[in-house]
Amino acid sequence: MASVELKNVCKSFGSVEVLRDVNLSLEGGEFVVFVGPSGCGKSTLLRLIAGLEDITDGELMIDGERMNDVLPAKRGISMVFQSYALYPHMTVFENMAFGLEQAKLSPDEIKARIAQAADMLQISEYMERKPRQLSGGQRQRVAIGRAITRQPRVFLFDEPLSNLDAALRVDTRLEIAALHKRLADTTMIYVTHDQVEAMTLADRIVVLNAGNVEQVGTPLELYANPASQFVAGFIGSPRMNFIGGEVAAGHGAATFGIRPEHVDLSRDKGLWKGTVRLTEALGSDTFAHVDTETAGMVNVRLAGAERIGEGETVFLTPQTEAVHLFDDAGWPVRKAKAA
Amino acid sequence: MSAIPETSMPTAPVTARTSRLSRERIRSAWLFLAPMLIVLAGVALYPLYRTIWFSFTDASLDLLGEARFIGWRNYLEYVDYGNGDGEWFGLLADPRWWRSVWNTVWFALVSVSLETAFGLVIALVLHKKFPGRVWVQAAVLIPWAIPTIVSARMWAWMLHDQFGIVNDMLQRLGLIDAPVAWTASPETAMIAVIMVDVWKTTPFMALLILAGLQMVPKDMYEAARLDGVPPIRLFRKVTLPLIMPALLVAIVFRALDALRVFDIVYVMTPNTDATRTMSVYARENLFDFDRFAYGSAASTLLFFIIALITIGFIYATRMNLEGDER
Amino acid sequence: MTAPAWLKTTGFYLLVGIIVLQALFPFYYAVLTSLEDGQALFEVNYLPAVFDLSNYRSMLSDGVFGKQILNSVFVATVTVIISLFLAITASFALARIRFRGRGLLLLTILSVSMFPQIAVLSGLFELIRAFGLFNSLWSLVFSYMIFTLPFTVWVLTTFMRALPIEIEEAAIMDGASSFTIIRRIFVPLLWPAMVTTGLLAFIHAWNEFLFALTFLSTDTQRTVPVAIALISGRSEFEVPWGNIMAASVVVTLPLVVLVLIFQRRIVSGLTAGAVKG
Repeated sequence: MASVELKNVCKSFGSVEVLRDVNLSLEGGEFVVFVGPSGCGKSTLLRLIAGLEDITDGELMIDGERMNDVLPAKRGISMVFQSYALYPHMTVFENMAFGLEQAKLSPDEIKARIAQAADMLQISEYMERKPRQLSGGQRQRVAIGRAITRQPRVFLFDEPLSNLDAALRVDTRLEIAALHKRLADTTMIYVTHDQVEAMTLADRIVVLNAGNVEQVGTPLELYANPASQFVAGFIGSPRMNFIGGEVAAGHGAATFGIRPEHVDLSRDKGLWKGTVRLTEALGSDTFAHVDTETAGMVNVRLAGAERIGEGETVFLTPQTEAVHLFDDAGWPVRKAKAA
Repeated sequence: MSAIPETSMPTAPVTARTSRLSRERIRSAWLFLAPMLIVLAGVALYPLYRTIWFSFTDASLDLLGEARFIGWRNYLEYVDYGNGDGEWFGLLADPRWWRSVWNTVWFALVSVSLETAFGLVIALVLHKKFPGRVWVQAAVLIPWAIPTIVSARMWAWMLHDQFGIVNDMLQRLGLIDAPVAWTASPETAMIAVIMVDVWKTTPFMALLILAGLQMVPKDMYEAARLDGVPPIRLFRKVTLPLIMPALLVAIVFRALDALRVFDIVYVMTPNTDATRTMSVYARENLFDFDRFAYGSAASTLLFFIIALITIGFIYATRMNLEGDER
Repeated sequence: MTAPAWLKTTGFYLLVGIIVLQALFPFYYAVLTSLEDGQALFEVNYLPAVFDLSNYRSMLSDGVFGKQILNSVFVATVTVIISLFLAITASFALARIRFRGRGLLLLTILSVSMFPQIAVLSGLFELIRAFGLFNSLWSLVFSYMIFTLPFTVWVLTTFMRALPIEIEEAAIMDGASSFTIIRRIFVPLLWPAMVTTGLLAFIHAWNEFLFALTFLSTDTQRTVPVAIALISGRSEFEVPWGNIMAASVVVTLPLVVLVLIFQRRIVSGLTAGAVKG
């Protein structure tokens, strides 16, 4: 069980500051996902933990031990790269053995560890193939297998699914979740820009924006109580509706936020009157984009089968307990329940 | 996300603390570079320094160790004959040196221009798809692979005044009445030398230009064709500007090469004022006339001429040496 | 106004024909001459008239020419091996490690490759005499570094930059030292590039003339370009052109074969050094 702790970590490239004063404390065995838009610093943060980048300022501790000055390979960390980064000229077996050879393990030990990992990931039959003879999904497994054989304390994933096609991505996601259950002692840190991956995999999510940690919490905490307008907009799909103007001002805020699933739609009465401009039927749900007089465009979720015609006049009512209010800096305003 | 924004020159006080990985990598960088740098220093910098030093001494081939400093006398010296009369001596007062400077510049100018023109034509031909293209490209490469000395002698034979095939061809075509002594007569010696150089180095030029052509996106041409742009206009307005950087690099590489030409001239037309280049002049003095210090002075001047051109070029194009963004 | 298509096509292939002809004819004519002897030599022939190997026989029978070919092979091979060895580690540092002064270093290396050889000739001559290497083949191995080393470093750096950085990072995570990364990852991956670069450096060294002319003084030590340049008769009218052409063909043929086999590689290596820079 390896805890990971970052204290006041800063990172700059020359004069460009990419991470500002990051404080994080990850418990051993946790599955933590770093999520944020591209350029937010999430990959850099992962690379700092891996040791591939220097920490400009601050401290990184693993299991209470300062790691700033420890070589990547000595940190007890494995990493799965976005492009898999398999050695193209080595067979699958050699790929998995390379790191163990560097660690001066005995050949028997190496064989045993590789056999175990290969078994777990069902790649035993490809052991003598070269990476170019494997499919994308198989390469991904080999990359994970290579990381497993090192028996790391901390497992790092850098956008591991982004090179896979959509169907394979869902399967692999489930496999990674299963892997986490099996290696319950291993702390896993996973970087992605896809909030669905974050929500489904994470014990806890770290949302990053422009080099700052915006919020840390379980997926449901982030969903229910976003600490900023940025988090509110980033977590949840489709996006939360942000409404400004009078509606927000009426609640003493700059922005009034309500998720599509928290708006009730009625054909005869409600708070906001509007016209349906566009509907998207996904089968399980239908989303209606309603042009309201008071609140502008509002996206509303309807139960799967419910049909509504474009051009129909409807009434919308936000569920009071699900409203999020933000000031003009994007910080939450205490909910005006009493009002 | 894996691309690290790289700062070419550390501007701000970078990374107050560097990690052990960076320190070890930087240390191994210098360790890896050291053997190469030592060899380069030994084979280039130190000899260059000695050449410059010798140019200020009275060194002779057999008495290198006893060379004494004599200042600028190898370059320019006024000798007063005492009777109010005097004379300028030294490299800068030597008409044969200036003749060889002129020969070199003329050679570089003409041969590089011709190579560029022919190279462009060959590159444009090779840029087209046609059956046997690979074989044509291989054929074009052959003059480049033939040793300069061999080409010089091959052509010297072909240009032989009595038995040469070139004279034979030209006579059969009725272009000349009598055989021409290509390499021996002062009027044609330079033409002969330039001809061989152009023949031998056009392939290099063509390949560099071809590489430039191949980097031009294809849809650019297709768009232009759809717009009905006539081919010559297309070449002038689209192709040429796009391959200009590659073309410039190729021209400068070749120009620097042409300015130090030695082999062809030395072998094809030895001891002729008409073709003697700076390199040939320097070597003659160094080893044939036993004026080691004087030859060193010529070498030094040649070096600074080429250095100036190189610096000018690097400055003008601001070459991206760090190779970022890739 | 546009010319008919058949005219364009004919014109194009005519141009291709001229290009091929001018490229190949001199070598073809050298082969032709080398196969002629005695009186046949002094008659201009466009097509093979006789087939006489006596020029080759006389070249190879005197033993010196064979030794000279071995000299050239030795010098070029050793030069290439040493420069590749020095260049692969150096280019790893230049392509992959960020350190202060890297740009300046690359600039210096590039400018050394532009050094006129004559500018270092006197200094090198002194150095080679001081080390007692005069008239030794090692003098050439050493002095050829001035052009093979910058060239190989430059081209290998370009190729190395093109390799994905994540593979190297994976190796770092696997605990490989920089030297292990070079030996186990980069050398196997850059093998084709090293063949290309080595080939070009070999051709360069094989063809070099000025240093070989200056630093070697006896016939048995000379390399082939110098040997060919120095073949002469007792007078202008006794130049043994048949022998010269035979020797020329012998030293050129291996290069022509290499060009034909490695054409693609050579082109990529030549352009990697220049265009991408």
